Amino acid sequence: MLATRALSLVGKRAISTSICVRGEHGVAKVDDYALPAYFDRRENPLPDVQFVTELSAVQKSLKEKEKGSWATLSNEEKIALYRISFKQSFAEMNEGTKEWKSVIAGMFFFIGMTGLVVLWQRKFVYGPVPPTFESEWKEKEVQRMLDMRINPVEGFSAKWDYENKEWKK
Amino acid sequence: MFRAVVRLSTSGVRSLARIRPCYSAPLASRCCSHAKVETDEEFDARWVTYFSKPDIDAWELKEGMNTLIGYDLVPEPKILDSALRACRRLNDLASAIRILEAVKDKSGPHKDIYPYLIQELQPTLIELGISTPEDLGMDKL
Repeated sequence: MLATRALSLVGKRAISTSICVRGEHGVAKVDDYALPAYFDRRENPLPDVQFVTELSAVQKSLKEKEKGSWATLSNEEKIALYRISFKQSFAEMNEGTKEWKSVIAGMFFFIGMTGLVVLWQRKFVYGPVPPTFESEWKEKEVQRMLDMRINPVEGFSAKWDYENKEWKK
Repeated sequence: MFRAVVRLSTSGVRSLARIRPCYSAPLASRCCSHAKVETDEEFDARWVTYFSKPDIDAWELKEGMNTLIGYDLVPEPKILDSALRACRRLNDLASAIRILEAVKDKSGPHKDIYPYLIQELQPTLIELGISTPEDLGMDKL
């Protein structure tokens, strides 16, 4: 337990397959997923481990230089030091994807497919509409409603001018 | 409970105005909890002390910083100053730059907080030789 804590402080993932002895009773293999992991999150700015665990010679010398005055480091060296410790900067981490375009495209596609299905249904599945929809029938229907004085105060017949036999302007 | 946030007055005069938790009924003052409320100064002092520990280790810096970013506030310049000096003691420039990025991100839509922080921290940044993410071009993609 203390050994794994010490391992996590050091942050070296190279010992992921190493074995720690616990109380001389047996060995426990420390799996990779059980060790602290690196992840870029806005709410966790300093992750548990460095991003780059195996430093190259150049990186090691840069780390040594870091122990001195930081004013002597060039911008490229500072960026290199940042990239050793972190994978993505905040700007890169917060960058949006272009996924919304696929989402909108998918939406339109499926709405279009549904439209085609509906049109096909209208033509091949449903039978003819009743005769009451014909314009001749409708004319007779309207005349009958006016003769019956349907809604004469504020509604249907109120809009008909009975003297001039036309709709009110 | 809202804690102190670094806010600027909109009149062009840069003065530090704290938002305090508002108790709306001065006549009948009623406190719901009898717990002692920590003032903003106490909060700041506690965190400055935390980062000022001379033999602070990397884990404590990470833990402290992540906790501080978890709060609903942007830390005061003096807390950040203390944290940056802790990074210097740990020889960790990358974390110092990361802290600056984090507080900028923490300000959210309030774009005037970060320039104020940088202005206040400028002496420390020059003294320690820390470049801001803007200097390094890291705020762009």
